[in-house]
Amino acid sequence: MARMKFLCDADRCIECNACVTACKNENEVPWGVNRRRVVTINDGEPGEKSLSVACMHCSDAPCAAVCPTDCFTIRDDGIVLHSKDKCIGCGYCFYACPFGAPQYPKASNFGSRGKMDKCTFCAGGTDHEDMSDAEFHAYGRNRIAEGKLPLCAEMCSTKALLAGDGDEVADIFRERVVKRGFGSAKLGWDKAYEKKA
Amino acid sequence: MKRKRNPLWHWAGGLAALCLLVVVSGTGVVHAGGTNPAAKAKTDASQNLYNGSISDQWRAIKDGKAGKVSIPDQKSAILIQTGGQDWRVFRLETLFQWTAIAIAVTVGLLALFYIIRGRVRVASGMSGRTIERFTFIERMMHWTLAVSFIVLALTGLNLVYGRAYVLPVIGASGFASLTMIGKWLHNFMGFAFMIALVWTFISWVAHNIPSKLDLNWLKAGGGIVGDKHPPAKKFNAGQKIIFWLVILGGVSLSISGLALMMPFEWQLFSHTNALFNIVGFDLPTNLTVIQETQLAQMWHAILAVFMVLVILAHIYIGTIGMEGAFDAMADGQVDENWAREHHSLWVEEMQRGETKT
Repeated sequence: MARMKFLCDADRCIECNACVTACKNENEVPWGVNRRRVVTINDGEPGEKSLSVACMHCSDAPCAAVCPTDCFTIRDDGIVLHSKDKCIGCGYCFYACPFGAPQYPKASNFGSRGKMDKCTFCAGGTDHEDMSDAEFHAYGRNRIAEGKLPLCAEMCSTKALLAGDGDEVADIFRERVVKRGFGSAKLGWDKAYEKKA
Repeated sequence: MKRKRNPLWHWAGGLAALCLLVVVSGTGVVHAGGTNPAAKAKTDASQNLYNGSISDQWRAIKDGKAGKVSIPDQKSAILIQTGGQDWRVFRLETLFQWTAIAIAVTVGLLALFYIIRGRVRVASGMSGRTIERFTFIERMMHWTLAVSFIVLALTGLNLVYGRAYVLPVIGASGFASLTMIGKWLHNFMGFAFMIALVWTFISWVAHNIPSKLDLNWLKAGGGIVGDKHPPAKKFNAGQKIIFWLVILGGVSLSISGLALMMPFEWQLFSHTNALFNIVGFDLPTNLTVIQETQLAQMWHAILAVFMVLVILAHIYIGTIGMEGAFDAMADGQVDENWAREHHSLWVEEMQRGETKT
């Protein structure tokens, strides 16, 4: 079975932030939460690079390991989903995550974090029927169930952001690196995904 | 019988370190909110850009180098934070194993002590006459502190062990609801705890100033180890030590707890480290907000476990460990002979009318 992965090609990303906007719009993400973000390194200087980051859907996901209520599910295709019914908003997944993916809408001013929100690889959640209104309300669109890939990658104007079967994504990237003669590392992959034997 | 020291004294060594951290974390709050670690990291990053290879740049990012983001959430400028792995090991291995070991060893030692020493009896027997040891207000104060602490401890321990041992028994959704209630209780009871802590400090601090009597009390084993009953006023040295452990530990728990409740606002550890650096340490003072939060959680957990051990010993000596002791906190009336044996000077003061309870 395909193992879903994200890859951002830093030599193509132009920091247009369209992935961020598309994600917020498609999933109706809560205020203050950015499931995806673009980080620019060496901004305005030689060697400037931008990278779009969200939940990497890690193999040995730290969030799932540290969750006190065991609310995470790692699907067979590698997508890491969580249950907002079981989430207590403790913040532990945020402490553990290398990529800063889990975020909490502010439920009130007085120390109450809401339920954690993060990128779902556009695959909804685990509490509700696929493509139901309840699922959309809690987690956003379930494009995977609709047979589509995450919108951030699908609409990326320079095709810097790739999402899908990890092998295919890696092949596309390898071909690019060979053709243009240079290429950045597949940033975050060694941290997020287990090595192939 | 072999002389054994009061179990409370095992914790005395930690007191000095604890004092320092409480003072230091308090100072941190005053200065909080000054620097923006993300902004600082960005400046550092810009200074040495592009003088290494591209590989070096990627390596820097993997080591937690921050970039720039155009969204309001500035802490998200760090692409990869590296402390999470250590925190994960702390939570799932260190804390998980050592909490159980520490509690088991403490309960074991108390049981052993009970077997060897037995219950501390009132040597001259009960007189049948009682004397008021704690007023209604003092008892309310003590039990507010005690009940809130027990609720906080149990809901905290649930976060460490619940997933492994409670979840399989009551099921995933039942456990999630239980833990949600636990989190609310923890957040709200924390304030009851803090109020009771301040209240306790104000009402009892005057009785808990260390004096020369305490040294004699300690030398004589407090009447807990031997059969001699050294003189003591309202609180003996053992009680003074628990008082200061509760006050200092409670304050530090409160500060780190508030920092966890309202994350990313305070910089307790950067400021604490800066103060340690004055006396020759070389600790990082530009911690990112996420490192601050991880450290706050770790410190909160370690100190909470320590306080659970202290309170276990306190509960032991206040209940099964000593005849007549529990009455003081139950209806406030203790037997006169008990009072003479354990707080001789206080009884004399009472009878001369110099002190009211």
